[in-house]
Amino acid sequence: MKILVCITHVPDTTSRIAFTDGDTKFDKNGVQYIIGPYDDYAIARAVELKEANGASVTVLNVGGVETEPTIRKALAIGADDAIRVNAEPTDALFVARQIAHTAKDGGYDMILMGRESIDYNGGQVHAMVGELLGMPSVSPVMKLDIEGNNAKMTREIEGGKEFLEVEMPFVAGCQEPIAEWKIPNMRGIMTARTKPLNVVEPVASDGSVAYVKYQQPAPKAGVKMAQTVDQLVDMLKNEAKVL
Amino acid sequence: MAILVVVESLDGKLKKASREAVSYAAQMGGEVIALSLGDTDQEELATLGANGAGKVLTVAGNFASSSDAAEAVSEVMKSVGANVLVMAQSAKADMIGGRVAIKQDAAMVSNVVSLPDTSNGFSVKASIFSSKAFAQVEVRKDKKILVVGKNVLEIKEDCGTASVESASVNVSSDNKIKVTGQEKATGDVLLPEANIVVSGGRGLKGPENWGMVEDLAKVLGAATGCSKPVSDMDWRPHSEHVGQTGIKVAPTLYIAIGISGAIQHLAGVNSSKYIVVINKDEEAPFFKAADFGIVGDAFEVVPKLTEAIKALK
Ligand SMILES: Cc1cc2nc3c(=O)[nH]c(=O)nc-3n(C[C@H](O)[C@H](O)[C@H](O)COP(=O)(O)OP(=O)(O)OC[C@H]3O[C@@H](n4cnc5c(N)ncnc54)[C@H](O)[C@@H]3O)c2cc1C
Ligand SMILES: Nc1ncnc2c1ncn2[C@@H]1O[C@H](COP(=O)(O)O)[C@@H](O)[C@H]1O
Repeated sequence: MKILVCITHVPDTTSRIAFTDGDTKFDKNGVQYIIGPYDDYAIARAVELKEANGASVTVLNVGGVETEPTIRKALAIGADDAIRVNAEPTDALFVARQIAHTAKDGGYDMILMGRESIDYNGGQVHAMVGELLGMPSVSPVMKLDIEGNNAKMTREIEGGKEFLEVEMPFVAGCQEPIAEWKIPNMRGIMTARTKPLNVVEPVASDGSVAYVKYQQPAPKAGVKMAQTVDQLVDMLKNEAKVL
Repeated sequence: MAILVVVESLDGKLKKASREAVSYAAQMGGEVIALSLGDTDQEELATLGANGAGKVLTVAGNFASSSDAAEAVSEVMKSVGANVLVMAQSAKADMIGGRVAIKQDAAMVSNVVSLPDTSNGFSVKASIFSSKAFAQVEVRKDKKILVVGKNVLEIKEDCGTASVESASVNVSSDNKIKVTGQEKATGDVLLPEANIVVSGGRGLKGPENWGMVEDLAKVLGAATGCSKPVSDMDWRPHSEHVGQTGIKVAPTLYIAIGISGAIQHLAGVNSSKYIVVINKDEEAPFFKAADFGIVGDAFEVVPKLTEAIKALK
């Protein structure tokens, strides 16, 4: 079985989000980068499937050279090799085209992704890749098991869960509790250094959207503290008018 | 120019977010056509007229597979000549939108929080970095797909009437996805749809103490939520986990009990209109993100609050 896991390289979830150049660029200063938390679930499940059934796990990132430490971390968690498409992503369509182009002749049985990237939060790439490759795409997937040529999945829907049988190959966007996040061990970190990381050049894609200006949310006016429960009820009733 | 809005229903009722999406389209100007995939009551669909739809189209069938749904949407877009597709954020919207974007060579923007600005091209404001920032996004294709966030604007209630017609589209399903079952989440009010959310964190000590959270939720007609460790420890189901890596909610009122206010939790709640924090630690970071707060032991404050609200009603 061949599994492709697509990962993002994103600011740590505790990062302060700020902008520079007259609010036209994200300020990378002092920001620590991580594997996207949802992508981390995808890698963890891929490694579990490999351990249980035998599989090769390839990780793929579309990004500049600065994403390589993040890719190496995925290798340390247990992926076998990696591909970096050497380009700064401009929009979801661009990323989807790169992933589809790279995966097209790869013979992958499944392409695992995160439910969404935590920087631009599009939740778009899986569907686009599915459409480009003529594969079914399912997201957000909470459980994924393989049975023959099918995958059994649990998908979160509004108001509950849905149980699915999906034909391979497919694209899935992962979220908890599909697997537990894995922390690389010493051996993983050592072997990751020598695992293949192939760099390929991007295919052309026209820009569909452009992020022209950024803005931070307006700060809260400040909290009003109630001394008693009755005061709190009064605030909710007369100020917020929610009771 | 026609704008197509895909609407969704839940237990036979149109989702509030879908009515918002129809109102959003109506405020963009132009002819608004709503599209319902699968079975929804005709009378219920006709009420979309009040929200701004001129016409409602239905396509019967089973749209479990997002590729089938996307094909139907794409065909209808073509047949009505719509250049803009509007959807409310949902578990389905992104899956449909991403595929339609490829089929129609359309540009797609998710988490839209403003009406388009057409003074210079076409751009919308979108929430990014898990609601920690916004971006003005220029849309550079003729065909556009906008996935609109919750509570972005007021729902219009008095626009007019809509006719309901069935659309004739042929969708050739590839049958690659089969739905084998469904399970409903517990609780009376659904978290992503709720107008009020009462959430509990690790400060509640254990699952056996959730009775008081549920009691408060009940008097408020609220849904219950929780922090990530609470669902990780299986005190509560995963479907209640709120935050950056869980459900992002945007209710009118969010009540956080015994939750410290970690940045990842805040990312899932900071679009709420009002936030109330109940915490015994006056230094808890959540107070900085709150509108109203009370320092106290949840085990005393919450039952008192429930009683006081009950007395009021
Ligand atoms: C990548 C990543 C993603 C994450 N995503 C999420 C997410 O989506 N959602 C999320 O919630 N977390 C998320 N987290 C976890 C987050 O960082 C915090 O650990 C978590 O939110 C803390 O949960 P808590 O507030 O319930 O617990 P704690 O931080 O332990 O806080 C408990 C609070 O209860 C108060 N308390 C204790 N006893 C009482 C009492 N008797 N009465 C009143 N108050 C009391 C305490 O003062 C304290 O403030 C994520 C973490 C990482 C690393
Ligand atoms: N630059 C990228 N490189 C590789 N995979 C990506 C990239 N951007 C997004 N993805 C994948 O697509 C998923 C959804 O991303 P998005 O549509 O941006 O929310 C992510 O969780 C990743 O698995």
